[in-house]
Amino acid sequence: MENNMILSVHNLDVKFSLRGRTLHAIRGVSLDIYQGESLAIVGESGSGKSVFVKSFMGLLDQNGYIDSGSILYNNKNLAKFKTEREWLTIRGREIAMVMQDPMTSLNPLKPIGKQIEEAILLHQGIKGAAAHAAAIDILADVGIDNPEHRFKQYPHEFSGGMRQRVVIAIAVACKPKVLICDEPTTALDVTIQAQILDLIKKLQKKYNLTTIYITHDLGVVANVADRIAVMYAGDLVEVGSCEEVFYDPRHPYTWALLSSLPQLGVKGEPLYSIHGTPPNLFHEVKGDAFAARNPQALKIDFEIRPPYFQVSPTHKARTWLLDPRAPKVEPPEHIRVLREQGGKYRAQ
Amino acid sequence: MPNKRKKLLEVQNLSVTFGTGRHPFQAVNGVSFDIHQGETFGLVGESGSGKTTIGRSIIRINPISGGQILFDGQRISGKISKELDRQITRRIQMIFQDPMASLNERAKVDYIVSEGLFSGTEKLSEQVRKEKVAQALSDVGLLPEFASRFPHEFSGGQRQRIGIARALIMEPEFIIADEPISALDVSIRAQVLNLLSDLQKERGLTYLFIAHDLSVVRFISDRIAVIYKGQLMELAESEQLFAHPLHPYTQALLSAIPMPDPIAEKSKVLKVYNPSCHDYSTDSPVWAELEPGHFVRGNQRELDEYRKQLSV
Repeated sequence: MENNMILSVHNLDVKFSLRGRTLHAIRGVSLDIYQGESLAIVGESGSGKSVFVKSFMGLLDQNGYIDSGSILYNNKNLAKFKTEREWLTIRGREIAMVMQDPMTSLNPLKPIGKQIEEAILLHQGIKGAAAHAAAIDILADVGIDNPEHRFKQYPHEFSGGMRQRVVIAIAVACKPKVLICDEPTTALDVTIQAQILDLIKKLQKKYNLTTIYITHDLGVVANVADRIAVMYAGDLVEVGSCEEVFYDPRHPYTWALLSSLPQLGVKGEPLYSIHGTPPNLFHEVKGDAFAARNPQALKIDFEIRPPYFQVSPTHKARTWLLDPRAPKVEPPEHIRVLREQGGKYRAQ
Repeated sequence: MPNKRKKLLEVQNLSVTFGTGRHPFQAVNGVSFDIHQGETFGLVGESGSGKTTIGRSIIRINPISGGQILFDGQRISGKISKELDRQITRRIQMIFQDPMASLNERAKVDYIVSEGLFSGTEKLSEQVRKEKVAQALSDVGLLPEFASRFPHEFSGGQRQRIGIARALIMEPEFIIADEPISALDVSIRAQVLNLLSDLQKERGLTYLFIAHDLSVVRFISDRIAVIYKGQLMELAESEQLFAHPLHPYTQALLSAIPMPDPIAEKSKVLKVYNPSCHDYSTDSPVWAELEPGHFVRGNQRELDEYRKQLSV
């Protein structure tokens, strides 16, 4: 697998300075991303998932900085980049991003075709009629009917789903290698959501993209992800293949996330919900960050930060429960249901 | 069985038109449904289908252009007396979608929650008002001390609780919840959904739950109506709707629900609803009850087909 690694993050620390205090947003995260895969990063708001991917593109806010660690892309260490000029060789050209809200990420004063042309001109240097033709091709690619006509229209003439398609068109117009989708469907309807996810999947195949999805909704990624990384309080608590994380989750936080999906809820009974709030990252987190909200937390969870335990070659989790000395803790009922489902498929 | 329950709200042939004269836009077209006392009625549709417009017409924000709305047997649409208007304002409350946008940034929680009380006829003493605010806040699981804070000091889930407290302080019977959880994280969604159903059990509240996500609506609703382009497509008890979805649009909505099951999910075929699959040129569609409590829209030929599906 070594040779087709496209992006390798090692021990990344991202910090923000806020009014003289330091917020430790990403706490020593390591993750390898392979060419052509689709990876989903799942976590609550404030868990640092957006900050994590923004650090790949130099899009951190002014007060944010990479404290230590490395981000290797094409033998270049992105963590050492300082100037905008350096970032412009990566941003858009190599790694592109689709933002969450299609209502605010387009320029309302420019026809959408011009906005796509702009990206083509900037990154590929194609001008005039050729750029126009390329923009129309991409519009057709993202499933917009009658692209010649739509080319001249303004963002307000498009519905939310169509706008998101345009945003995706702009992102892939630069022919990037990696496409980051930051909550691509949160602002959209369920029916449109499924269509947009389908579109991203189709484009991934066509352009041989590596995609990184960021979402808070585990239900959404079952369809699209090859691998899932669960993030909590600036740390990856569990990483595994899609099947492993859904059918055999090991970290209590992953259990909690899965159990709170209304799809699994039984009517008339209260839905599982996670109590409390994530830890304050202005202070140093001691032990397992999730321990305070975990009803089954062990004593050691409050004292020592757990290391990763390998469950399988592709599946690891940061929880003391996997230590051979740990007492046996049964996962909640919903997780057992999921596990049985997984077992059925394996038997077939 | 449902017929024996008291009808709290009756929407009869409701139409809402926006725009004037030359460019009218019919947002809601001939919608009828009843909501019984103590139930949760889910209204599901995509954006632009008119589901919010229906909610807003019930609470008298949007004027209606046809049909009527009865609340507790009284007509509340069109011109009504000032007295009734005041009553309605108290008895029907609304919870809004985006807790980031629906709270006054410059007011303290104390004022936000109690603002509705100022519109009442009787003047409340400061003492009583403070007590009511404290009660409403603790009802939704917030500390009474929070009354002196500003909205920006709260997280999304807490803000939505403030929105719910603001509705509860009026002691309403009927609450319109317009996508109350779409703007929230999955983990916080569960908290808000549980809170809503606890409050319903304690006080016998009736909800109109508006959403676009069928999985959430199924969890909380007793009956579900599916709306598309201002017209109801199907209405049934929620389990019935999930077991036997008849209308192609309902089927498309159901197939779009993401399931936490990667293998099933990856082999899933997405159904897309195309209105041109109906041939209504000769035979126009009607709203028909195919089995007790299960309504669907279709022309005679389609209805026959649906009946056949149900009898299998």
